[in-house]
Amino acid sequence: MSNISKAIEKVDSEEKMAGKAKYINDISYNDMLFAMTLRASESKAKIIKITYPKIPKGYTIVDYNDIPGKNFVKIIYEDMPIFAKKEINYYGEPILLVVGEDKAIISDIINNIHVTYKVQTPSYELKNSVIYYEFEKGKAKEIFKNAKKIIHFDYSTGYQEHVYIEPQGLIGLYEPDKITIIGSMQCPYYIKNAVMQALNSGEKGVRVKQATTGGAFGGKEEFPSLIACQIAVAVLKIKKPIKLIYDREEDMEFTTKRHPSNIKLQAAIGINNEIQAIKAYVALDSGAYIGLSGVVLQRAMIASSGVYTIDNIEVAGDVYETNTVPNGAFRGFGAPQMMFAIEMFINHIASELKLDPFTLRNKYLAKQGDITSTGGKFRDVIIMDEMIKKVMKMSDYKKKYLKYSKKDNYKGIGMSWFLHGCGFTGSGEQKHIKALVKLRKEKNNFVTILVASVDMGQGIQTTLRKIVANILQIPVKKVIYNNPDTDLVPDSGPTVASRTIMIVGGLVAQAAKLLKEQWIDGKEITIAKRYKQPKHIKWDEENLRGDAYPAYSWGVNVVEVVVNPITYQVELIGIWEVYDVGKAIDERIVLGQAEGGVLQGISYGMLEVMKNVNGRIQQKNITDYIIPTSCDSVNIETVFIDNPYLLGPYGAKGAGELTLIGGAPAVALAIENAINRRVTKIPVTPEYIMELIDYGEN
Amino acid sequence: MAKIKFTLNGKEINITIDPTARLLDILRDQYGLVGVKEGCGEGECGACAVLINEVIINSCIVPMGTINNKSIVTIEGFSETKRYEVIRKAFEDEGAVQCGFCTPGMIIASESLLNNNPHPTEEEIRIGLSGNLCRCTGYNMIVKAVKTASKRGEGLW
Ligand code: FES
Ligand code: FES
Repeated sequence: MSNISKAIEKVDSEEKMAGKAKYINDISYNDMLFAMTLRASESKAKIIKITYPKIPKGYTIVDYNDIPGKNFVKIIYEDMPIFAKKEINYYGEPILLVVGEDKAIISDIINNIHVTYKVQTPSYELKNSVIYYEFEKGKAKEIFKNAKKIIHFDYSTGYQEHVYIEPQGLIGLYEPDKITIIGSMQCPYYIKNAVMQALNSGEKGVRVKQATTGGAFGGKEEFPSLIACQIAVAVLKIKKPIKLIYDREEDMEFTTKRHPSNIKLQAAIGINNEIQAIKAYVALDSGAYIGLSGVVLQRAMIASSGVYTIDNIEVAGDVYETNTVPNGAFRGFGAPQMMFAIEMFINHIASELKLDPFTLRNKYLAKQGDITSTGGKFRDVIIMDEMIKKVMKMSDYKKKYLKYSKKDNYKGIGMSWFLHGCGFTGSGEQKHIKALVKLRKEKNNFVTILVASVDMGQGIQTTLRKIVANILQIPVKKVIYNNPDTDLVPDSGPTVASRTIMIVGGLVAQAAKLLKEQWIDGKEITIAKRYKQPKHIKWDEENLRGDAYPAYSWGVNVVEVVVNPITYQVELIGIWEVYDVGKAIDERIVLGQAEGGVLQGISYGMLEVMKNVNGRIQQKNITDYIIPTSCDSVNIETVFIDNPYLLGPYGAKGAGELTLIGGAPAVALAIENAINRRVTKIPVTPEYIMELIDYGEN
Repeated sequence: MAKIKFTLNGKEINITIDPTARLLDILRDQYGLVGVKEGCGEGECGACAVLINEVIINSCIVPMGTINNKSIVTIEGFSETKRYEVIRKAFEDEGAVQCGFCTPGMIIASESLLNNNPHPTEEEIRIGLSGNLCRCTGYNMIVKAVKTASKRGEGLW
């Protein structure tokens, strides 16, 4: 068998390069109308009255009155309306759509609709808790009660905006018994289920098709369900194709972002300077509606001991509602916030205790067989030792670290250690998703992969085909994968949580093996495979106890920086990264994930500033919200070390999110090393560096 | 309304048009050249890049009135050339394409750069691509692709 990791030509590159791939805004229909959104201009208010200008013929207002089903977007909690009815809970909340042929006229109508509000007092502070969780490992509470020495630091992280280069967009199509939604998305079945509830229709009444998607990073996980419901309602009313495309400003201001967080960490220290227990508290700002925030909080809390085994941990967390734009899924899903905090904390503990940070970290580094934060087990081989050695050698970490620590030359180097639980947290797969995949061997001996997982740039068009082709020993060209269409593919679950290769790809591989056994030339054969949780994985959802994830991917990042002593601008000098993703299904594709992910993580840590002032996002376009350009990026050296996972296809585990998680702590530690001050919040901007240099502690 | 003459992917065009209309919209809506993407609409991302008289310009900030007598090449036109073939192969080999939304613009930027400087240094490549945002790749695989194209395309530029 050929080595599965060896790169092959990416199936969809050619049409993308030639400009032939059809993204949602490249698709048009005869008779197609456009829609734009009227949004609330208050953060917290009651709508008293809406007055409309004269609406020209062919133009239509679509609002909550037009919704046949529930006026809620089906996510987890039913709290976010499709269109605001009376209550406004955040600035920019959608009230209605104006639909018609000419965008200029639509925008004119929108500008002349007048909404009268009874303004109420909004809340922007983290006060109103809507979800609270806690769990304990060992005897943390008791230890803290009797602790002689406690080290305590507070950390905070800001917003992060996805900035997928293709903004959000969908088209709705009408047939008498069916509404079809086509668009840029990660989760066709999330949309289907949400639209069914909005329209109060059965399975057959809604069809969802993915168009080539221009980046997503979590931003197209749950958000498209909202606009799909809106468009579906409009299409049902108007009975014509309708297109809704956000422009960049609308996308930046009013779509979901990474949750800002405040994290308090405490360590109880024993007489031999050992860490007896850790106490973690996480506060997440969900914005106006809960959405996925509870699950994001769980992932953050579970990550609270990072890659370290601490015998006694006490963890609590709240999701707070504020009158701001709702936050949602973003690559890493709560883990980047916590991994930043814990990586800083372990270093800060070392400096408080005047210990060598490397020695302290090593002492607690998790090993195979150790108990996880939730009382589960690290069952598989952990190769962090080897990975750390490798990255230190590649980057010459030790020498540079000592040199920069002694010298005041504004150079610094930082190293982060991190892990990511692959797949859904807890029993999500087994209880809620129950993924089903199919493979159909056609009469002509081509094989079609029937899954709902989408390619949003991460390469599954190629990797899923490759898995099937390799198992069946047929050319990749004979394996068909089309953008998912819910009328044609089963629900293999959403394209999230680094589950696509490990879980869906794993099922696809099992199906391919069965097909191989049953293969008969010239005959159509369909094989179905449904997810079954491995027996040894047990999870108590109520109490957050047990194995939170079936497997973990691991990473080590080193970042070297120089801080400009006058402007405090941070320049990257080098990035080194080593990962254990089990087995790379295609080295070049996973390398792309690694390089793109680490840069997204580093810029989350030092560059990307988004602020909310009185409930309004201040950075509304790419001029104000800075993401890295080719000049900000530097050479990246990446190594993957094979550590095959028994239940993954060819040993593969999750890779997509992992690569973002270590960037922020690595760059923050590098800056800390450069300026000799403690960094406790990200992004580490020049203003913050100035503050630290003037007033910070070292 | 203004009368405007220009060449589009080698074809001569004479039209009467609102001189303030955005070139991007005309290319996409009137000529169906949807390989030219809109990522920001304000000249910041480069997804809408085209060549005007062989130099890269963001078509979202170009009013039609300014293109009189000029030559416009979009990705659709450029993809018919030998130079494209070299860039395409290099992008493929270096893994420079993920979601692909920035890619037509990146390829136009690569052409504009190589046309002007057939043997750019890494630094020059980074500067040459810096007007084009990519959120997926972290850029290095694109930078390498341009390097590779420059090597393989000896004599083409
Ligand atoms: S769309 Fe023109 S530069 Fe972004
Ligand atoms: S490949 Fe997705 S933005 Fe560049």
